[in-house]
Formats: sequence, structure tokens, C-alpha cells
Amino acid sequence: MSVMDATQLRVAYQQRTKPKAAQDRPFVRWAIISVAVAFLAIFIVLPLIAVFAQAFSKGFSAYAAALAEPDAQAAIRLTLIIAAISVTINLVFGLVAAWAIAKFEFTGKSLLVTFIDLPFSVSPVVSGLVFVLLFGAQGLLGPWLQAHDIEIIFAVPGIVLATLFVTFPFVARELIPLMQQQGTQEEEAALSLGASGLSTFFRITLPNVKWALLYGVLLCNARAMGEFGAVSVVSGHIRGETNTMPLHIEILYNEYQFIAAFAVASLLALLAVVTLLAKTLLERRIGSAKRGVH
Amino acid sequence: MAAVPTLPSIRQPWPKSVIPGFGLTLGITLTWLSLLVLLPLAGLFIKSFELSPSQFWAIVSHPRTVNALKLSFGLSLLAATINLIFGTLVVWALVRYDFPLRRLLDALVDIPFALPTAVAGIALTSLFAANGWLGAPLAALGIQVAFTPLGILLALIFIGLPFVVRTVQPVLQDLDPELEEAAASLGASRLQTVTRVILPALLPALMTGFALAFARAVGEYGSVIFIAGNLPNISEIAPLLIVIRLEEYRYADATAIAVVMLVASFVILFIINRLQRWSELRTSSS
Repeated sequence: MSVMDATQLRVAYQQRTKPKAAQDRPFVRWAIISVAVAFLAIFIVLPLIAVFAQAFSKGFSAYAAALAEPDAQAAIRLTLIIAAISVTINLVFGLVAAWAIAKFEFTGKSLLVTFIDLPFSVSPVVSGLVFVLLFGAQGLLGPWLQAHDIEIIFAVPGIVLATLFVTFPFVARELIPLMQQQGTQEEEAALSLGASGLSTFFRITLPNVKWALLYGVLLCNARAMGEFGAVSVVSGHIRGETNTMPLHIEILYNEYQFIAAFAVASLLALLAVVTLLAKTLLERRIGSAKRGVH
Repeated sequence: MAAVPTLPSIRQPWPKSVIPGFGLTLGITLTWLSLLVLLPLAGLFIKSFELSPSQFWAIVSHPRTVNALKLSFGLSLLAATINLIFGTLVVWALVRYDFPLRRLLDALVDIPFALPTAVAGIALTSLFAANGWLGAPLAALGIQVAFTPLGILLALIFIGLPFVVRTVQPVLQDLDPELEEAAASLGASRLQTVTRVILPALLPALMTGFALAFARAVGEYGSVIFIAGNLPNISEIAPLLIVIRLEEYRYADATAIAVVMLVASFVILFIINRLQRWSELRTSSS
């Protein structure tokens, strides 16, 4: 017999004693399950299946040809570069911010955490717009940048900036709660035994948070590769140059090249499925890391 | 007893701790946060001050702007409400019952988080277009979904769903079943137990999930624009209008609309913060 998960245990526990009002009638249970499954099927499962069905609707060769196309290749390359840059920077920033926030007490901490989460509540379009207003030709720094021949908007640096902005909170917000929960005792022990600050970090703190860090990196990566609104505003949509995969999908779709659009989309959908799979596995690991503290 | 020499009190600028690196890490955090997030956002407000109040008002009260804002906020409210109802049913089914594929469906609830918005947009459009899997039967009933405000609503439901489910789910999971048994043994009917015992306990989480779904829907762009039809005054959402004004080089217009949306999202963020604090108080006291 396989090991029960939390819900199966709870269901078994509820069926142990049967006071009527503590249980749902079979009819109610059946109705709620049907509605829930139908809702999830329509809004989650069918769109996901539709992506792959459309991508392969003219067979595998059409699919492969769409992905082999030079503009698609350029978009995939650019997306990978953007993701690599923004994940690396956010990884370092996330660790640094989580160290300051989780290991020390200071005034204004909750405000700082709110500010770190801020990009989550800003519309993607506005996230792109702020950089256009700053670095665009009409922007606050536009004339200076033009005088020095530096291109940010409608070029790769702008895409990197917009992606960094929208993915800013991802790693930090996964690390902060876990590191707060783990406290500072292990680090204090290591330091009092003569370990240096850096070796304490690499030997104690980092191993303790590795799964949460990986989790944050995965989510950050998924968003970095998939960001559309913010990137769309700053990119300029230059084919083969400033087109990321999501922007390329939009162009193909608007040109009625549906197979090609869904072929590129299927790669990102696959990334989403893999990310969720890894997330489900990691959540168990992080759950046990949290329980280990108590 | 010898007097202990008192040192002149020195104000500690930061907390005393054996853990090193506070100044460095906080310094880097504040600098990077300011450069990447706070200053660009401040730049938006600075840019908007170049407009006189009457110019600002003329842009914001322009019928096309008003219609776009109404559409974005109205449909987001409706989508969040639908998510609140169906999301709660989904949570109930996932937490309380066991059924085939439950674990798979549970994991898939996060798809709207993980699936890029552009992909979601074209997938929903192909699904609900007049010749799509769901659009065709609906069209036979005379209901057009894609390229109408109804299509926008569906996209907003899609992206908001995980916010409600993932906020309410842990709270229902931690709810002690003995509470319900106590209510039942004291003679409450099932309906009374649900409405008087379970729903009040879930209320803060429900409201937080609702607010999060609403906040996300208001700013949503990618998953909406493909299915929306984007007709001015009818199916044109506010973020799209910002993009259109930018493409027309009407930066002042884009800035003014963006300021309205940003202020709205700050207000929502503040409310969510309050709700979450309330939620934490509730769960820690029980």
C-alpha cells in the first residue's frame, strides 16, 4: 500500500466517526467534486492540452520546421540569455537580501519586505513603461544616453532591466520565511567555533536553504522566460534582435502562423509543466526542512 | 562594592550580533532595491508632475480612458468574485475529498502562475474561438466568447484562480475537524456548521485570496489581449491603452493612466497587507 498523503489521512479520519452534521452528504460531495473538476478542466487542463494539440495539428515535421526557423532560433537564444542574466542577479540579490532580513532585527524591516514584493503588484505594462520613461528617447535620462550613444530601450539592456524588475521578488521571498524560521543558532555556533563569516554562509546557511533557493530560482526562471507585458513595452519587437520567445509568439499569431506560434508556445508550456513538477517535488523537501527546525 | 565604570552610551546604528555582514548585505539590498525598483517607480510620478492638474484630469477623464479603466476594474472584480466561489469549491474538493487524479489537479492549479501569459492568451483564444473546442458549442448556443468582454473575463478568471486556491487551501487544511464535530454534537445542522463555523474561520483567507486575484487581474495584459478583440471603449483594457498611447508617442497619456493604475495597485497592496496581518492573527490565536 502506498503512503497516504495529508488529504487521504484527513478523509479517513473524518470517516472514522460519523456525526451527521460533521460530514457532507454523498450527493453534496459528488456535486462539489464535479463542479471543481469541471472548473479546473475548462480553465486549466484544456488550455494546456490545446497548446500541444495546435502545435502538432499539422504533424511533427511542421512543428520541427517552425522551431528550426532562424527568427524562432534567435528568439529562443535571446530568451535563454535574458533568463540566465536575470536568474543569476536575482539569485545573488535574493541571498544577500534574505541574509540581511532574516538574520538581523532592525526597524523598518516589514516595510523593506513590502518594498521587495512591490513588483508583484505592479502591472507588467507599467513595469516596462517606467524604464521607457527613464531611458527612452523622451525619457528623463534619454538625452544624456543619446549623447553618449548608449541604447537601452528597444535593445537588449532594456529587456534585461524590465525582466529584472518583474522577477525581483522571486528568490528573496522564498528564502526570507525559511531563513527566519531557521534562526541564527547554527550560524552562531559555527562562528563561535572559529569559522569565518563566508565559510559559515557556504557551509551552514546555504546547505540549509538549498531547496528553497532552487525553488525560487525555478519560479524566477519561469517568469523570466515567459514575461510578456513588461518586455513587450521596452523591446521594440525587432525580429531576430530584440524578440524574446513570448514576443515572437505574438508576432507569429498576429500573422496567422498558428502552427509556428503554438510550436514556440509549446516549448514555454513544457517549461511550465516541468517547473510545476519540480515545484511539487521541492515543496516536500522544503516542508521537511521546515519541520526539521521544530 | 566597587562602582562599575559606566561607558558613555554610544548609539548603536545597527543591532549587535555575532553574525557578520549586516551593514554590507543591507547596504546592497537597499541600493539595488532603490536603483531597480524604487527610483524607476518614482520616475513615473516625476514624469507625471510635468503635467498640470488640468492636463492630467483631461487625460484621465477622457471617455476612452474611463471606459478602459471601468472595463479593467469591473471585469477584475467580477473575475475575482467568480474565483472566490469556484476557487473555494475547488479547495473544498481538494482538501476534504479523495477522488481520481486529485493530486494531479492539485499540482495543475499553479499552471496560471507558471504558464507565460502570451501562451495562456493564445491557448484560451483557440479554445474559445468560434471554431474552438469550447467556442463551437457555445457559438451554437448563440454565445460569442472570443473577441468580446466575456473573453476578457475568462482570461482574468484563468490568471486569478491560483491566488484564491493557494491562499484558502492551507487554512482549510489546518482547520481542526473537531470544531465541526463539536458543532454537530451540539445539534447544528450541516448547513449551520458550514456557515457559522467553517466560513468565518476561512473569511480572512477568502478575502486575501479575492484581493490578490483582483490585484493581478487589474494589471493583466498578456493573457487578455489575444482574446479581447481590443475595440476601443468596448473591449480595450487599461494596460492595453497604455501600450497604445506609447506606440502613438503620447507619453503624457501613457504616464497619466499608468499613475492611476499604480496608485490603485498600491491601495490594493495596502489592503492585502492588512488582510494578511488579520489572517495571521486569526490563525495564531486559534
